[in-house]
Amino acid sequence: MKFNNYRTEGFYDEYFIDDSTCRDAVKVVVEKINRMGKGELLNRQKAAEKAFLNLGITFNVYSSGEGREKIFPFDIIPRIITGSEWNNLEKGLKQRIVALNLFINDIYNKKNILKDKVIPEEIILSSNAYRPICKEIRPPRDIWCHITGTDLIRDEKSRFYVLEDNLRCPSGISYVLESRQIAKKAFPQLFETLKIQPVEDYPVHLFNMLNYIFNRRTDSPTICLLTPGVYNSAYFEHSFLARQMGVELVEGRDLIVENNFVFMKTTKGLQKVDVLYRRIDDDFLDPGFFRKDSLLGVPGLIEAYNAGNVALANAPGTGIADDKAIYCYVPAIIKYYLGEDPIIPNVPTHICSDPKELEYVINNIENLVVKTVDGAGGYGMLIGPKSTKKQQKEFIEKLRVNPRKYIAQPTISLSRVPIINKKNFEGRHVDLRPYIIYGEDITVIPGGLTRVAFKKNSLVVNSSQGGGSKDTWVISDNPEEKKYAE
Amino acid sequence: MLSRVANSLYWLNRYIERAENIARIIDVNLNFILDSDISKNEQWEPLVWISGSKEYFFETYSETTKENVINFMLFDKRYPNSILNCLSMARDNAITVREIINIEMWEQINKFYMYVKKISQRKLNIDTIHEFLEEIKINCHIFSGIQESTLSRGESWHFGRLGKMLERADQTSRIIDVKYFHILPSSMSVGSNYDILQWAAILKSASGFEMYTKKYKSVKPDKILEFLILDKEFPRSINFCLHRANYSLHAISSTATDTYVNKAEQSLGALNSELAFSDIGTIVKSGLHEFIDFFQLKLSRVNQDISYKYFDINEYQLLQQ
Repeated sequence: MKFNNYRTEGFYDEYFIDDSTCRDAVKVVVEKINRMGKGELLNRQKAAEKAFLNLGITFNVYSSGEGREKIFPFDIIPRIITGSEWNNLEKGLKQRIVALNLFINDIYNKKNILKDKVIPEEIILSSNAYRPICKEIRPPRDIWCHITGTDLIRDEKSRFYVLEDNLRCPSGISYVLESRQIAKKAFPQLFETLKIQPVEDYPVHLFNMLNYIFNRRTDSPTICLLTPGVYNSAYFEHSFLARQMGVELVEGRDLIVENNFVFMKTTKGLQKVDVLYRRIDDDFLDPGFFRKDSLLGVPGLIEAYNAGNVALANAPGTGIADDKAIYCYVPAIIKYYLGEDPIIPNVPTHICSDPKELEYVINNIENLVVKTVDGAGGYGMLIGPKSTKKQQKEFIEKLRVNPRKYIAQPTISLSRVPIINKKNFEGRHVDLRPYIIYGEDITVIPGGLTRVAFKKNSLVVNSSQGGGSKDTWVISDNPEEKKYAE
Repeated sequence: MLSRVANSLYWLNRYIERAENIARIIDVNLNFILDSDISKNEQWEPLVWISGSKEYFFETYSETTKENVINFMLFDKRYPNSILNCLSMARDNAITVREIINIEMWEQINKFYMYVKKISQRKLNIDTIHEFLEEIKINCHIFSGIQESTLSRGESWHFGRLGKMLERADQTSRIIDVKYFHILPSSMSVGSNYDILQWAAILKSASGFEMYTKKYKSVKPDKILEFLILDKEFPRSINFCLHRANYSLHAISSTATDTYVNKAEQSLGALNSELAFSDIGTIVKSGLHEFIDFFQLKLSRVNQDISYKYFDINEYQLLQQ
């Protein structure tokens, strides 16, 4: 199947410089695919889809009419990032996460950054994600954000930006690991030819980090993954990670707190739990402190945590750093704690709580993307250029009523990568979510989750909104290198 | 092991075994009919009786035709034990223990469920029903095979086998009970050729025909009952199932099988011994249907005791430990 009729349509395309010239980094891949028969490639695509279905790699959609499980759409044409591009991203991500971790620790303890007036205190106190209960808490080894999934986008000039920091319970890593297995089956020769950096050791890094964050001296702390249960959209991932690490997957109802210690209910009675990789939001963690109506959490968990008897990853309270209003200050945060300029820039952002900025946003709404500061999953946002006058008007009303809840950003023309659409190649917009583990060391998994907006011209890559994924390959800058070396 | 997980493994196995046996019960009835000249609808009524969901059936269907009854038992959403419901429940349980069972077990359940679901959305083709029932049995066997050959013989496996064996004991008793509801035509009597043919059909539904004839040579009702209820070696006989279930239940608590440390072990051990020391003459004399009724009642108590001990651990009980 050939790329002959592929059109870049004026977008930045990660495969092609123009309609006929492919980039050096993808040359080997393009040549391989050009040599493959149409039927052969389509068969591999079909086999990959079947593998996802049979493995039950699904996600749940809250409002879907087709029952609760949907298959995650997957396209076998890989997204390719060169080694040198990646090295820079990796540095930038580490820099950002070190600074954000210092920031969170500071906010809940000494508050120097507020005293020095780098960030207005009001922004912190008014955030839904700020947890006064975490004041004066020092989590084990001063690590707050153990697992982060940072969303990156690439613009028409091929520059990477940080779009969002996800420091609460970022999901998607299971797709990265499963996609890689499936890609290896689809393109075994390419994996032999190219030096593709492996991702399979993620569960090992995760497990080591969870071991590391338990303060007490014990040879092997009991680690559990706390899930909201089978109805959660990321349940597949929770179960996948628990299985990969060989740890118990528990729900709130499996746990009980006695004398500030956490136990799980087993067929042999109660067993003490030392570390919880919790995939439940702060709000639902402990009905005694946060939402009283939560049935998902464990009463007494926060007291056990405060007493140092159980470690929680991520620590409660980290959400403050992915409030989108705080996002605007991240370059300042990096400068303040590290004395460095950010390696990966932010997307220019307007904070609507600032009256001047608000006026600008209202006057230019047709060109901007407006988002809620605590939203996720592509819900509750307005994409200016794709919206009707009526929708814009409704959004302006909301902005005036509660400006603190919103930020706005210019519409960035995301880079594109080819997908197989029926029997042709077509370009689609993508983003990238690398995963960062903060334990004894900071590890960034090479590549990460490439999310694809499968609908033509769509910029929304969220799985809940018709997005899908691709495998992401970080390869050597000179793909010929390995071939000749052998 | 988490109580919730133990519960899921137990029920996962029960539902797969149940699905297989519903297929067997339909199969035995199909076999009866091939040899009979009785009006057709009458032949299918017994299955509705033994389903325990007669009310649901007559809410939807007016007659017990072959198509209606088969559709009810295979796919009806309101019949809790329809094969589709069993597989859906098995799958729901498997989802919650996906990290405990291995990936092949999960894939098999998932594929199996999706296959049956797909068939359920088409119009029922009665001509290919035999093949479909066969397909269901084979898929259940594949699941068991994967479980047997890949799962470590730890607590997970024992809870699974406990569920599977108790369900099978229960279902074998139900297959035998189908015969009770099939009143012989007036021209035929007990021991007639037709009667013998029915007994042979029951044997075949339990996949026991070859094993039986090897042991007893000729088809005699008493011997068939002895084989299906009391045989020590045939893996679908009630006695065999209870014996294996008892072994697993004791393995979970690491107790010798000739003693007990909890209520569940006591009630299962007692029921197991009762059968192990019984003989078929006594059972038949006391009434086969009555025997089966009573047996099913005791078995459901065993199930309750297991639940209470291992699955529904309430906090009060925990604090006593």
